[in-house]
Amino acid sequence: MSRQMGDSHRRFLQTMMANGIVDEQGARKLIAHCCEASNTQHNPDKLDDFIETINLKLQPMFMQITKGMSEDSGHQFYALVNMAETDVTRMSSDYADNELELFRKTMDLIVCSEKGNASSTDILNSADTMTTKKLKKSETEHLLNRLVHDKWLNEKRGEYTLSTRCIIEMEPYIRTMYQDQVKVCHICRNIAFQCQICENPTCGIKIHNPCVARYYKGRAEPRCPACDDFWPHEIPEVRRPKSQSRK
Amino acid sequence: MTQRKRTSNTQSKKTPGPAATQEEDDDQTFTQPSTTQVQRGLEKLTPAQVDQKTAEVVQFFLVKDQKKIPVRRADLVKHVVKEYRNIYPEIMKRAARIFDQVFGLKMIEIDAKNHMYILINKLETVEGASPITNPTNPKMGLLFVILSVIFMKGGVVGENLVWKTLKNLKVDVGEKHEEFGDVKKVVTDEFVRQRYLEYTRIPHTEPIEHEFHWGQRAEVEVSKSKILVFMGELHEQDPQSWSLQYQEAHSSSSAQPSTSSQR
Repeated sequence: MSRQMGDSHRRFLQTMMANGIVDEQGARKLIAHCCEASNTQHNPDKLDDFIETINLKLQPMFMQITKGMSEDSGHQFYALVNMAETDVTRMSSDYADNELELFRKTMDLIVCSEKGNASSTDILNSADTMTTKKLKKSETEHLLNRLVHDKWLNEKRGEYTLSTRCIIEMEPYIRTMYQDQVKVCHICRNIAFQCQICENPTCGIKIHNPCVARYYKGRAEPRCPACDDFWPHEIPEVRRPKSQSRK
Repeated sequence: MTQRKRTSNTQSKKTPGPAATQEEDDDQTFTQPSTTQVQRGLEKLTPAQVDQKTAEVVQFFLVKDQKKIPVRRADLVKHVVKEYRNIYPEIMKRAARIFDQVFGLKMIEIDAKNHMYILINKLETVEGASPITNPTNPKMGLLFVILSVIFMKGGVVGENLVWKTLKNLKVDVGEKHEEFGDVKKVVTDEFVRQRYLEYTRIPHTEPIEHEFHWGQRAEVEVSKSKILVFMGELHEQDPQSWSLQYQEAHSSSSAQPSTSSQR
């Protein structure tokens, strides 16, 4: 009802600024905590209203709390996005120019790859083609660790993927920079990196793994929602949010 | 609108000391516009233009605040405000209002001579842990120890005592620390630039020696009573037994922050 920001909203926003991203469950708990701290009523069902109140005030500052899905788990996340500079300049206070160049190269590799990932070997090799001050192997490895720590990249067994935060935050940038390469999920219409692809060569639509799980749940014979060909991939299980929010 | 006299100009009165720094020189090019000038400037601009410029100033502050670097007026004017300098006071007023009403932060001038601004948290720390813990900066622990030493020693300590204290905590200033890297640089450069500490040369010492004071940011951001509580727990002693420090921590005149504003 009320569109005025209170201390609960401000406290929530401060936590968002410090963390960059929270999952939906975390956001709910955080709102409860923030409302309790400032003795205000809160309605757990009005999560999006609460965030909308903040967004209304953030809008003139070209900032926004945006919802997005983890490509990995399919869970919803909220990220604080800076729309003034959806370019990598957002990261420029934390990273040097040559570090940003390597991050851009990593993004190139990931966006142009089939599976939406890049191996550490490929990233290390791409470091050799840098035009700014070259990074040593150890420096590149250290930088990759930092990018994972700062929640820009995910790493699993030496394979790097773009994190949920990175995808939410960089979506406009990725759509502009990689117009020809970028893939969009047929189900949710968001950009897709880790996804399944229809094997019919005239179709070739992409669906996020979690969207595949939800879409085919309970269907006996999976068929492509666009061309009706048989969907040959393994259908993953729908993953429920854990009852405990991750630390 | 009433054409008032230049009321906002008191802060730009400078008393150039014997050693005017480079920073001051840069700032000389900027003179605070008068209320009338601001009025006239605003008339020539659309509200959207003023909002846009205010947003840029807010962004600039937020980026600097991530690293806890104070914003210098000269930099702000040169890199952000630019051709809007004639309405600078109005933009600052609006930015301050946005920090207050949207972010729960307070913009304050910590150095009236060099016109340096920082943001501090207006929201009080609350009982009960937040479900989402903010990433902590381990350097803040280091800083807290140093601030405690200075405070307990009456506001100023020689650097050797600080290095000795840190060494007791297994942080050797002569060695590269795995968490902090170059400890001496963090303490005498980073903390100083952030205005948590002042690091000054003690005159007439051979070899050269330095001493530490609390910086202006620490004065407005770090709670002395919290330091006393911490010291009390460390030494299993009642904080009130340090009567001088207790008095200082609880005197209203020193305008102590109620929050230990570590966001």
